[in-house]
Amino acid sequence: MNIVRPVEVSRGKRAAGQELWQGIADSLPVMLGVTPFGITCGVMGLTAGLTGMETLLMSMLVFAGASQFVSITMLGAGITSWSVIVLTTLLINLRHFLMGASLAPYMTKLPLYQQALLAFGLVDESYVLTISRTGSAGYSPYYQFGVNTALYLAWVLSTAAGVLVGRSIADPLAWGLDFAMPATFLVLLMPRLVDRISLYVCWVAAVAAVAGALYLPGKWYIIVSCLLASTAGGILERKNSHAQ
Amino acid sequence: MRSEIILIIMGMALATFFTRFGCLVLFSRTGIPSFLQGWLQHVPTAILTALIVPGLLLPKGYLDLTIHNHYLLAGIIAAFIAYKSRNILATIGIGMAVMVTLKFLG
Repeated sequence: MNIVRPVEVSRGKRAAGQELWQGIADSLPVMLGVTPFGITCGVMGLTAGLTGMETLLMSMLVFAGASQFVSITMLGAGITSWSVIVLTTLLINLRHFLMGASLAPYMTKLPLYQQALLAFGLVDESYVLTISRTGSAGYSPYYQFGVNTALYLAWVLSTAAGVLVGRSIADPLAWGLDFAMPATFLVLLMPRLVDRISLYVCWVAAVAAVAGALYLPGKWYIIVSCLLASTAGGILERKNSHAQ
Repeated sequence: MRSEIILIIMGMALATFFTRFGCLVLFSRTGIPSFLQGWLQHVPTAILTALIVPGLLLPKGYLDLTIHNHYLLAGIIAAFIAYKSRNILATIGIGMAVMVTLKFLG
């Protein structure tokens, strides 16, 4: 361990630019999947009575698709209470606590301002790309920053496109481009399913996520299935180590 | 731009940032509790599964296990290609081609 460490660090420093580009390159398919959602967000903003600038400002500052869709729908329905919309946003985004905890072992070693900058871009897609890269090639803040930047630009620019020309485009979500996201995630998931415990975790998460998507509001199915499946994995891990 | 909308957007931005930064601030101070470490290693698999499966089985919000569900059909093919090739471009390329073909046919 002591011999390997300094080599890894120096390699890491030299490869900063390379990691940044790798992050951007790995984000390309997901950017494709984000685009129809951004366009839809722009169109929805105008339809709900927001101005183009207000809709764009929301994408630039909030950068959270699901909660933007919900709050825009609420504003369109005449719900303009600050506390209701902000609390709803908080609840929809609670799942990011889990992702933050998952990346914490790597990110807490960075200076706090870098943690804050990277945390701003912590969305579902950037989380799965970053944690997968961490598993295969080690954690790099430059890689994470590349992913964050690429996805942020895709979100803001596609929202702008939705605001500017969205109304002349027939429902962008009907194109099937959003399929790029589950397809990318499948390539990231498959290499993880190499042992029995990971397969159990995957099954528990799948069943819980489908049940949760059917019966729970909003994005709660992600939180509930993640908690259940990770806990099951943790328990199985402990049983295994006791048996040995 | 109206000020009440700006305030709502600022509030949403702060709430969202709190959920993304909160754990990092907490764990920067305390270190990561040891009971969490074994648990955290399964979070990526669990979240990936939770992001993929409902998207394929409930693309329109209700459970659709019929052949009319293009996301499920293309998803099964993409899963097979992902398993065999471990290649994002091949998986997305063929998956999207299946998706477009199904839309064109149906």
